[in-house]
Amino acid sequence: MDAILFYVFAAIAVASAVVVIGQRNPMYSAFALIVTLCSVSVIFAVLGSPFIAALQVIVYAGAIMVLFLFVLMLLSVKREEDTPGRGGRTLRGVALALVTLLVLQAGAVLLRHGTEPAPQFDASTRKMAQILFSAHFLYVFEATSILILAALVGAVVLAKKEL
Amino acid sequence: MSPSPLVQDLVIAGVKIAVVVGALLGLFSLMTWIERRTLAFMQYRLGPNRTGPLGILQPIADGIKLFFKEEVMPAAANKWTFLAAPVVAVATALLAVAVLPYGPPFTLPAWGLLPEWLRGRTLQIQIATIDVGLLFIFAITALGVYGIVLAGWSANNKYALLGGLRSSAQMFSYELALGLSWVGVIMLAGSFQISDIVNAQAGGFWRWNAFLQLPAFLVYFVAATAEVARIPFDLPEGETELVAGFHTEYSSMRFALLQMAEYINMITVAVLAANLFLGGWHSGIPGMPETLAGFPLGFVWWGLKVSIFLFVFIWLRGTLPRFRYDQLMHLGWKVLIPVAAVWILITAAGVALLPGLFPVASR
Repeated sequence: MDAILFYVFAAIAVASAVVVIGQRNPMYSAFALIVTLCSVSVIFAVLGSPFIAALQVIVYAGAIMVLFLFVLMLLSVKREEDTPGRGGRTLRGVALALVTLLVLQAGAVLLRHGTEPAPQFDASTRKMAQILFSAHFLYVFEATSILILAALVGAVVLAKKEL
Repeated sequence: MSPSPLVQDLVIAGVKIAVVVGALLGLFSLMTWIERRTLAFMQYRLGPNRTGPLGILQPIADGIKLFFKEEVMPAAANKWTFLAAPVVAVATALLAVAVLPYGPPFTLPAWGLLPEWLRGRTLQIQIATIDVGLLFIFAITALGVYGIVLAGWSANNKYALLGGLRSSAQMFSYELALGLSWVGVIMLAGSFQISDIVNAQAGGFWRWNAFLQLPAFLVYFVAATAEVARIPFDLPEGETELVAGFHTEYSSMRFALLQMAEYINMITVAVLAANLFLGGWHSGIPGMPETLAGFPLGFVWWGLKVSIFLFVFIWLRGTLPRFRYDQLMHLGWKVLIPVAAVWILITAAGVALLPGLFPVASR
């Protein structure tokens, strides 16, 4: 059952990701990206972490993509025009994607000890919180929040010439 | 012979879905009539009272009218998104109701009509019991914005686009306050599951989160009213400036779908308010019997609390004027979110230092 769900939603995620980059209309790209994010969230849920699944939808599909759509709607972006040299860039992009895939695959193979399946991991909300707020990750967590705050202040300063 | 457990679960789930969705659709049409009648009485009018006794068949008449109306689509509209937007709105509205508990757990009586395996079984009218119930609702409401964004954008109409932008900006801003107002409640219950949160408030009305978490409750109520775009926060539909906002170009059944999504969202936030802050199906009166002649009284308390919230929404509509857009944004970002955030800090400190004032549910 889990395997079926995984393959179905993995296929949807990959297919809509292809649409994101293949589509010339930026609005459709954004919609396809929302579908990708939601399918990835289902995969998290299948892997046993409803918490991360919910966060994925809340943060990415619910917050970030809404802002994307906002900008697209306000600017009323038209279909992307054909630009010269597009074919070469596509080739380079495909090559880069293949290299990335190879590196990830190599990493996965190297990191895996023997052939036994990956150990069952506990991804419950409680466990997540313990990991995030323990001494191990606490500083990283806090540093990230300061970074985001700095970015926020920077954006306000850039957007508002006179405060 | 009883069927296998999987079949049993499927049958129960199917019946629950049918009951909840059927009840919601019924309540939606009933609410349109109740709202119009109540508003009319508040304004010294009679309201729709011609169709059936007291006009109670008015929703059916409205439905038939909308059903037979011609559906118009603007020539410049983006066809598929225009058609899909109301579906997205209703689908997200209906998804959110899946994790809400409707009333207390109850044990089925040994009626002769029921099959053997159902007798004496304890059930709760809740379609999906998942660990992250509240987060799921939050995620689904976040997706609900898309129905409105798409509806506003796809019609290719200035007013619809502006209305859609306003609605989504409003929902987006108030969602944050809404989510933050739940955090204290979650801390006291120690669980994201709504039934756990309800049970954490058992024992007496002084254990209700409406009292223990009064600031969070107020933030929740204001944010929820804005989230479902009811007066005084119905900016998206400000007809004097925006015609009818994001659904300007919709007609016939698709208009009815958008309307339905709005009402279902309103019922959802009312049910959530009753469950999270008013003790759900617990009467709050110590010594009150759980059942009366075999009927679980919890349904009565629960129904009463939800009805009060629904009535207050109508009452507000009959009473208050509309906010201005900048006032709306000011209230959301500069009042509600800071209040909710500070209250989270206070609750966290209270849970650690003053367990008498901030009682954490024992689990």
